Amino acid sequence: MDQERIRNFSIIAHIDHGKSTLADRILELTDAVSSREMREQVLDTMELERERGITIKAQAVRVHWKGHELNLIDTPGHVDFTYEVSRSLQACEGALLVVDAAQGIEAQTLANAYLAIENDLEIVPVVNKIDLPQADPEGTAAELADLVGESPERVLRISAKTGEGVADVLDAVVQRVPTPGGDADAPARALVFDSSYDQYRGVVAFVRVVDGSFRRRERLRAMAAGTRFEAEELGFFSPTMRPAESLGTGEVGYVITGLKDVSRLRVGDTLTSEERPADMPLPGYKDVKPMVFSGLYPTDSDDYPELRDALEKLKLNDAALFYEPETSQALGFGFRCGFLGLLHMEIVRERLEREFDLDLLVTAPNVAYRVTTHAGETIEVHSPADMPAEFEQIEEPYIRASIIVPKEYVGSVMELCNERRGRYGSLEYLSESRVHLTYELPLAEVVLDFYDQLKSRTRGYASFDYDLAGFREADLARVDILVGGEPVDALSLIVHRASAYERGRALVERLRDEIPRQMFDVAIQAAIGSRVIARETVKARRKDVLAKCYGGDITRKRKLLEKQKAGKKRMKQVGMVEVPQEAFLAVLNLGQEPRR
Amino acid sequence: MTLGADGRPGGRGDRREGRGCGVRHLYVHLPFCAHRCGYCDFVTLVGRVSDHGRYVDALLAELELERGALAPRLETIFLGGGTPTVTSAAELARLLAALPTAEEVTVEANPETVTPELARLLRDHGVTRVSVGAQSFRPHLLAVLERRATPAAVRAAVYALRDVGFDNISLDLLYGIPSQSAADLERDLSDALVLEPEHLSCYELEAKLGTRFTHTYGNELARQAEAMEDYFERVVARLTGAGYRWYETANFCVDPEHADGRDLRARHNLAYWRGRDYLGIGIGAVSTVEGHRWRTTPRLGAYLAALGRGEAPPRELEPLSPTVRRRERVLLGLRLDEPLALHGLESAVDLAALDRLEELGLARRTRWDDAGETLALTARGRFLGGGVTAELLA
Repeated sequence: MDQERIRNFSIIAHIDHGKSTLADRILELTDAVSSREMREQVLDTMELERERGITIKAQAVRVHWKGHELNLIDTPGHVDFTYEVSRSLQACEGALLVVDAAQGIEAQTLANAYLAIENDLEIVPVVNKIDLPQADPEGTAAELADLVGESPERVLRISAKTGEGVADVLDAVVQRVPTPGGDADAPARALVFDSSYDQYRGVVAFVRVVDGSFRRRERLRAMAAGTRFEAEELGFFSPTMRPAESLGTGEVGYVITGLKDVSRLRVGDTLTSEERPADMPLPGYKDVKPMVFSGLYPTDSDDYPELRDALEKLKLNDAALFYEPETSQALGFGFRCGFLGLLHMEIVRERLEREFDLDLLVTAPNVAYRVTTHAGETIEVHSPADMPAEFEQIEEPYIRASIIVPKEYVGSVMELCNERRGRYGSLEYLSESRVHLTYELPLAEVVLDFYDQLKSRTRGYASFDYDLAGFREADLARVDILVGGEPVDALSLIVHRASAYERGRALVERLRDEIPRQMFDVAIQAAIGSRVIARETVKARRKDVLAKCYGGDITRKRKLLEKQKAGKKRMKQVGMVEVPQEAFLAVLNLGQEPRR
Repeated sequence: MTLGADGRPGGRGDRREGRGCGVRHLYVHLPFCAHRCGYCDFVTLVGRVSDHGRYVDALLAELELERGALAPRLETIFLGGGTPTVTSAAELARLLAALPTAEEVTVEANPETVTPELARLLRDHGVTRVSVGAQSFRPHLLAVLERRATPAAVRAAVYALRDVGFDNISLDLLYGIPSQSAADLERDLSDALVLEPEHLSCYELEAKLGTRFTHTYGNELARQAEAMEDYFERVVARLTGAGYRWYETANFCVDPEHADGRDLRARHNLAYWRGRDYLGIGIGAVSTVEGHRWRTTPRLGAYLAALGRGEAPPRELEPLSPTVRRRERVLLGLRLDEPLALHGLESAVDLAALDRLEELGLARRTRWDDAGETLALTARGRFLGGGVTAELLA
């Protein structure tokens, strides 16, 4: 296709603002999908995505409109995948910024709009759901126009649900989105903006050809990873896979690589031809690092091999997932896993439970810490258990939080941010009633229960987004929990010194209620180093006898004691103390942390 | 705590008792009661006076069928219930007369049934020991337990037995009764001690599943559990302080020092705790003979019918493997204050657990010159006997 007639664009929208519905309408209108093939939200393939209403993996679909080739690049809709979003946006020249006429701009809309602006994309503002009775198309259009610096008349007003205005959207794409640049004669370069794994065909890369062109069976190289492979097949989605002989400058499509591991072809890498390689890769490649860590343990220790296999399989499709074996005296064998963020963690957990039918215990998440030892060495710590007892300095990751909230909740949001060691950034009125707040917050404070708190304190009206703002020095301490004088590895915490007492106390109290009384007093302590900051005691039982035992009772009493003995065998031994697995589950399990 | 009279572990005689010499301990179950108490989960029958004669016939028929298993001379007979003493006097007399003689013959009695006439009847038919189900001396607690006897009736029963010459009387007491205060318990113990019983059995009230009592008081008992936690300690402290020997988890007898050297432990029950064989006759009765255990049907009709035909009654058999027997020896033996000889029982004991328990001061191993190694619980270990035993069992 003539480069002049190609338009590459994506849709940016907050969850539930209608991105997928608009994509469906576009496919229908351009006859890319027959009505027989049509099903709700064809682009979201995974069951999980459909249920959660989010998109995990970006895909690209080619449609034709009035003699033009339009490539619709779907972007993941969440902050944890910001890097993937930015790569997808880099593959486009324009973006539809879709906002719900009844909801207005949300934090995620802002974050993605800024990303698009940073990527020099032409933004086509669209107000969706104008058919809703509570819609405020004019107000929303004004907000949108203000955000992107357009006049309100240029804001499209549509209803993806009814189809009203969708043709105008396609016309606007053709008219307003620039044609792709790039040199058709230069050595071939393509940006990998997403990849997925197919068990039969290996890694499938989604690419945007920037310079030159790629042919089937050509020998290719990923410039950052150094991986070499043959393009077994290339083509595009319309909306199903359509093989082609080549992909030309400005075009978007897929390349089947035959690679067996997604980590060998990461998002953001540049593909070039072996025969005539480019000198320089495309800019912006970044090795994404996990920021949130937690321990994953099978509830039944017999399931450990299944968990290992499941993680291996997930990793094939999720280059950002990190895991390594971890052994906990309390929980047995499991894995320490790293995630891009909380949502990523939840997705992995749900996929493990749903697709692999595993029953998991997920320990309270913590973030990555940078610790400088007295020797001047800097190490990254992913687990409280690995935190050295002594160190020179410790740094923790901070985020820039962007929160949009009706003005009456500004006070409670600021209060929450202050409680969570936030540093105030800015306050800006988006409209008369809606306020955009920015704060810098330690990520550790966000992974705990920030979302839940934000939601409950604003009755669900706040929208929240963040990006990483780097590492900052912090006054942190490792709090150990000791049961009967023995530290319990899985219960150690890294917390800000100011909240160490409170968190330690809460854990100790919970454990006291969960640990059954033993034949001796059991001390439960929280300690920083050798300093005990909280203590509870599970008092020894004073009596434990079977009242009577005569000739007629012996069998029953024996069975009772045998049952008791079997119960003891299922307990975890911490020093002399027997702790039921359930006690650890109750204290550790994510989501069961006592709310402050 | 007292060891055997010679300060040595008891039960050494057991090994001399070879197999095939016959069972020397007989239990006779008399299921009849005037009323079923709410907390009771024994095999009992209320009323049915017309059945008493047939039941005694059946008992004697069953005894005849099993006579081959019995030793020529019995050591002990125990008549339990139910309430053996509500059995009509004539039938009770007929039964007692027909039973073989034994060195110790115990009958369980409810206080309100012990009249001077009954006391004489028992004495005249060779009964040597009477176990009186006092339970409590507090009227409000007796009401909770649905006991019919008044405190005065308990005393009258003991006096009646003393009057005809019984010198081995046991009283049963219950503690941990809903609404029982610590002061109530102390007063019950005082009232019992005033009667100078040779023997006392003190049980914590168990809320047994499925009983009417548990239905009514289960939640209240659970609520009071913490407040009543030290009642067991109080019982033991009070009775040992009064010169009683805490010879079994729930049983106390006047120490030989205060009883002219008499060993007042319940010999029949001691046989259970030492793992000896015993024969039980009557409905619901359990026997353990030469590695076999059986429980006779608890259904009166089936029992009477079978024995009426001269056949053995229906029985539920439980084979006892040597392993199970060894475990039972350990769990029963540890209820006693005499050390348990470990010889032959080593495989039933979790040695790692034993080390741990010794470290905690709950159990103690001793090596004797002639008895090999023995195992005993310390005083604290005995208060936690259930948990300690569960831990010790391999």
